[in-house]
This record gives sequence, C-alpha cells and structure tokens, in this order.
Amino acid sequence: MKHRKPEMIRGARANVPVAASAMAYGSVLGVLAAQKGLSWLDMMYMNSAVFAGAAQFVMVDMWSNHMPIFEMTLAVLVINLRYLLIGASLDPLFSGRGLLHKMGMMHLVADENWAVTMSEQRNGSATTWFLFGGGVFLYLAWSSGTLIGLLGGGFITRPEDYALDFAFTAVFTALAVGLWRGKGDVLPGVVAGAAALLAHKFLPGKWYIVAGGLAGAVSAMLGPCEIEEAEEVEDVPSY
Amino acid sequence: MFPAIKPQVLVAVGLAACVTYSLRLGGLLLASRFPRSGRFRRGMDALPGALLFSLVLPSIVAEGVWGLMAAALTAIVVLRTRNTLAAMLCGMLVIFAVRKMGL
Repeated sequence: MKHRKPEMIRGARANVPVAASAMAYGSVLGVLAAQKGLSWLDMMYMNSAVFAGAAQFVMVDMWSNHMPIFEMTLAVLVINLRYLLIGASLDPLFSGRGLLHKMGMMHLVADENWAVTMSEQRNGSATTWFLFGGGVFLYLAWSSGTLIGLLGGGFITRPEDYALDFAFTAVFTALAVGLWRGKGDVLPGVVAGAAALLAHKFLPGKWYIVAGGLAGAVSAMLGPCEIEEAEEVEDVPSY
Repeated sequence: MFPAIKPQVLVAVGLAACVTYSLRLGGLLLASRFPRSGRFRRGMDALPGALLFSLVLPSIVAEGVWGLMAAALTAIVVLRTRNTLAAMLCGMLVIFAVRKMGL
C-alpha cells in the first residue's frame, strides 16, 4: 500500500509525548532490572516479546534465580486482561483487514499508542499503519529507556520529582477529552468512573481498568438511546 | 561478552508473551464476531472512552484536589488548543509545582 510509510511516520509523531514519558519510565525499570541481575539480552527479550509496561514491572519484581513461572504467567494475565478490551475496541479500525494483517499489527499495541489512535480515529483519520508506526516508535523509546537504566544506572531515578508519573495521567486525560462524543457519553462515563474508582480501592493490580471499561460499555448497552430507543422499547414485555 | 538467556527465563518470558499477545489479538478477533448493530454496537462504541476514562480517573483522584485541578487544566488546554503535548505539560506543571511546594 502506498500510504504505509507516511502513515507510520504520522503515527510515530503523534506518539512523541507519550514516548518521552515511556522512555523515562523505562529507565526506572532498567535500574530495577539491574538490581535483579537481568542482562541486557534478558531485558531486550522481555521488551520485544512482552512489550507491556505494567506487566514488565511486575515481572522484574518477581524475577529470581528460581523463576516463579506459574505465578508470573498468572500475574501477567491479570494485569494485561485489559488488552482483551483494548483489542476489541480496535475492531472498527481493522474492519476489512485480513487475519495476517491483524496478527502482524496487534503485537505492538500498548496503552499509549492505542489511546493516541483512538483519539485520532475520532477525527476520522486513524489507520492501522498509524497505530503500528506509533507502536514501533514506542518500542524504540521504551527499549532505549530500559537499556539506559540497566547499563547506565538511569538518567532519572525518581520520576515523581519531575511529575513524570503524572505525564501518563495528563496525556491520557487529554486523549479522553478528545473521545468525548456528547451527552450520550454521560451515563457510560459516570458508570465507568464509579466502577473504576471502586475497583481501584478494593481490587489489586489493573482490574480497575477492566471493571470500568466493561461497566461503561454495558451501561451504554442497557441505557437509553436517542434514535434506536423507539424500536427497542417494544422488546420490553408489558404487563 | 554476549550473555546467554537461561532456559527458565526463556520459558517464563515466553509464556508471559504468549498470554499478552493472545489477549491483544483475541480481543480483536472476538470483537469481529460480535453483532454490528443495536445495543451491542452501542456498548462497543462506548468502550474506548470508558476504558480510557477508567485508566486515568483513579490516578487523578489519587493526587487529591490538585490532581483534579491539573486534569481540568489539561482538559481546558486540549479543548482550546487541540495540542496534546501542551495540555500534558500544563497538567504536569501543576503537579510539579504542587510537589515542589509541598502542598
């Protein structure tokens, strides 16, 4: 396809803000990994094969001379369960694409380039190559960050001092604002927010993202709808 | 010296990778079997926003009142300028200043 390269570059450009913070966080992971005795090859193997920030932090934390393989796999499954929903939400973007295309593109989908792509799609100008270009760029930034941390002791050891932990929150907030479609989003938004806050308080790990996303989607499914409402009310049995 | 990857590392990271990739691809492939109209479609359309909102809200709330202010400023800046980077930096600046001053 002719637009492949410009689309990838556009995707990479759009991911510069998130990639910068991913790199800073990667360097923190690298420092932790060095303490656990990971080699640069272990690190790059993990970056390339898993490519999921939060899961990698937990994996490095669980790393030991006798790897807890079962526990580690289970932890990664729970932390990354949100990718099931993230993958599902990409279905419209991939419509009409073949299985091989989907298989090739999905590995480099992280929270960051997914969010950037969703926001871009609201403007009607996202493509799968835009998503992929962002993923490649993010992979390079994340990998160099982790290696800098691992081999050089990290250029930023306390990212909180520079509010870098809030960088993700801020950029995802900005992208979420871009996804706002209007009054119809109030109900799913409130339900998702409430579910996320509750799950964040009472459940471990990243369950809150799954809980909030599902609750929001289900409430939109069950809630009232301006256009389709008329025909669907008839489904309700009357007594 | 070229380091070697231990077999147990190969397996542990390999399994983590399989799980993660299966979730990513599985979500996409499952979604293409879902109905594309009616209630289900509405739910799927609301999913990206609901996911993203759920992702950020607890970290905003964790920062307290200033977190809410920073998020509000971020939202205003992105609505006014359509510039994600500028909006992100404004939000970070609030949190940076608050932490520096120990508020």
